[in-house]
Amino acid sequence: MVFREGPLGDLKVPLTWTAAVALIVAAVIAVAFLLADRRETLQDHAYGVTRQTVDVVAKPVSGAIAAPGRWTGLGVDFFRGYLFTASENRRLKAELSEMRQWRDRALALQDTNDRYKALLGLRTDPPIPMASARVVSDSRGPFANTRLADVGSEKGVVVGNPVLNERGLVGRVVGVSTTTSRVLLLTDIASRTPVMIDRTNARAILTGDGGPNPKLEYLRGVDPIQQGDRVVTSGDGGVVPRGLPVGAAVKGLDGRWRVVLFADDAAIDFVRILLFKDFAQLADEKQLLTRSLPPVTTEDPQASILGPVPAARTGAPSKPVAIRPADAPQTSPKPTLPKPVPPPAPEAAR
Amino acid sequence: MSLGGARPLNPFRWLGGPLLACVIATMLFSAPIRVWGLHLPEPVFAVVPAFAWALIRPSILAPFAILLLGLFLDLFWGGPTGLWGLSLLVAYATVLAARNMMTGQSRAMMWVWFAGVTAVAMAAGFLFSMLDSLATPSLIGVFWQFLATALLFPFAHRLVDRFDDADVRFR
Repeated sequence: MVFREGPLGDLKVPLTWTAAVALIVAAVIAVAFLLADRRETLQDHAYGVTRQTVDVVAKPVSGAIAAPGRWTGLGVDFFRGYLFTASENRRLKAELSEMRQWRDRALALQDTNDRYKALLGLRTDPPIPMASARVVSDSRGPFANTRLADVGSEKGVVVGNPVLNERGLVGRVVGVSTTTSRVLLLTDIASRTPVMIDRTNARAILTGDGGPNPKLEYLRGVDPIQQGDRVVTSGDGGVVPRGLPVGAAVKGLDGRWRVVLFADDAAIDFVRILLFKDFAQLADEKQLLTRSLPPVTTEDPQASILGPVPAARTGAPSKPVAIRPADAPQTSPKPTLPKPVPPPAPEAAR
Repeated sequence: MSLGGARPLNPFRWLGGPLLACVIATMLFSAPIRVWGLHLPEPVFAVVPAFAWALIRPSILAPFAILLLGLFLDLFWGGPTGLWGLSLLVAYATVLAARNMMTGQSRAMMWVWFAGVTAVAMAAGFLFSMLDSLATPSLIGVFWQFLATALLFPFAHRLVDRFDDADVRFR
């Protein structure tokens, strides 16, 4: 070796000690990186240029690695569909007949709901745009649970956007580059999501721990939860919109309430990123500025809602009469009731 | 010291090659594939060189290679930066300290040592993760990753076998 034959060839360096010093220096650098890390802070600048670069480079490589697996899955699905067509057809027919009943019920409920909204003058939330994405890599260890999706800021994705699949909430975006997004899963140890129990409206914080079933912490109320209760997002804090399906409550082996995620039942490779920023996005500001408020009407003290008062009252109280909305006097113009329409299709960009 | 038996190792062969292999293996196992509803295991391939490099010889470059590998894992897996770098360095330091006890042991015994070093790396990861996130990681998740990693000993054994006798000064 040139170095050994040069003037420094006789230089004696205790290698074990220099190796130990190198080890200490490397450890100090690692500690500094760990102390400086702020990946879970949901701040744009916390996701550094290095992470963005790694994501951009990893996207095509991981995409190419994942492609054979995806093709194999599609092939298996094709053959399974071919071989089990008859049984699949029977199952789908049964499901369709059940779904027809649900469709009729949904239409009736939507009609009722629309009438209530019209009567109360409620303003419905506008649909939130979404971006469909393919997952190219998936980390599942106990210390990091994230996915890399192949859409980024070019499709309008920003840090904090909630991510769903066709069954439920998957996580939220913690880092964005032009063409990629890093999704922090609900199961990650740094994940905290405000949720509520659908049946009781009891609030809790869904806390990941690296396992498949995140914990429900800070559960409030008396007897707020039962086995199998549906858990949805509460919208508290404005990080995610209210009512996104999350999972079903189960009692863990450690005696704590946990959630079996609905998202686990769906395919792993496709997600929808909800382009939700905050609740201000849900209000139509133009409409708020231009729309005139309804006139204030007060009840005529001479008129009774029970109809015309008889001129001569008898001493005995009259029998209470059940009032139908149609019999009540109209103090304001009756709002036009919208016709029932089928449920809107998901707003996913297809 | 006479350089008669000295055959200094080419860093690209004993550090660069395994490092690249670990990166590729990690990327392969991060593919979003589910077989019968089960995910692929996620072993920490970087424990293999961390174990083998310390056994082959003390080195100035190896700790930095391990740090680089750890940083790659953190960035690629989306974990806290520095977590795996530090955990792998703890494992490397453990092997370096116990190197004299390990050399010359049987293959089965070396597997036990490897599992022990993997446990040290996982325990360090558990501890640092707890301090960083102020939450306790799932012990079951840690156990599964430990198990998947401990099964990688044949690769570590091959790496040690290949370079152990390359430089007789470190026998």
